[in-house]
Amino acid sequence: MGSKEQLLHDIGIVGFVLIELGLYLDTHPSDRGAMEYFNHYSRIKQQMTKEFSMKYFPLTLELAESGKEWRWGSAPLPWEGECV
Amino acid sequence: MWNYENRLEFPVNIKNPNAKLAQAIISQFGGPDGELAASMRYLSQRYSMPHKEVAGLLTDIGTEELAHLEMVGAIIFQLTRNLSMEEIEKSGFYKYYVDHTVGVWPQAAGGIPFNACEFQVKGDPITDLHEDMAAEQKARSTYDNILRLIDDPDVCEPIKFLRAREIVHYQRFGEALRITQDKLDSKNFYAFNPAFDRCEDCGCDN
Repeated sequence: MGSKEQLLHDIGIVGFVLIELGLYLDTHPSDRGAMEYFNHYSRIKQQMTKEFSMKYFPLTLELAESGKEWRWGSAPLPWEGECV
Repeated sequence: MWNYENRLEFPVNIKNPNAKLAQAIISQFGGPDGELAASMRYLSQRYSMPHKEVAGLLTDIGTEELAHLEMVGAIIFQLTRNLSMEEIEKSGFYKYYVDHTVGVWPQAAGGIPFNACEFQVKGDPITDLHEDMAAEQKARSTYDNILRLIDDPDVCEPIKFLRAREIVHYQRFGEALRITQDKLDSKNFYAFNPAFDRCEDCGCDN
């Protein structure tokens, strides 16, 4: 796996941790341990998403700052998969 | 409002097309217990949830269901990519193909189009949360049925992920039901609808 695929894979893992913790915290809003875990992975996800969006293609609209070409529109479509 | 992240929640990379399987899995796109119904159910039920944490949970699960709809769409798209006319005819896919070619349209495996009657908004939090728990179990059973039809690991892995999410959502909705019941008159959960009736109107003591 190249570094692009590896980084996207890792963002998927950290993103999943945040989705799962987010739902857990919705019904356990006083669990401080879970909140610390959430805060930790939230920082990591933000860093990784920013790094990926600068190096490869923007993952969110806010990270689609463009110069000559509109980067948001030229990003690959997620449903195409890697086997095109 | 919503923001889009240009990636799938879990990767879908299918090498071999399989039109027969696509016809079964499309039920989780637009069928009675599919991801579109799930998302619309939770996002519509939020407005009549009297407790903020439960409304917030419906937003978050309803949002995750949209990511699941996108994953199921990706599975259908990749299973029907590069199909030959012979495969379309032999697999029985021609009945879908005649109306939609290989586009992805929300319908059940049996061809019934998506319909809002596949979910309910009763406007009573106890009733709606029970429906939500049942919906997660029905979707889990559907994924179990789909898994019995699959031997391609490329399709199996994302379906197993989606199945596991149904179980987690069921757990969270169970907690949301408990939160709602804890805030009601504990002597009779069903004395009144907390989204509609005023307490003084129904003669309860609290």
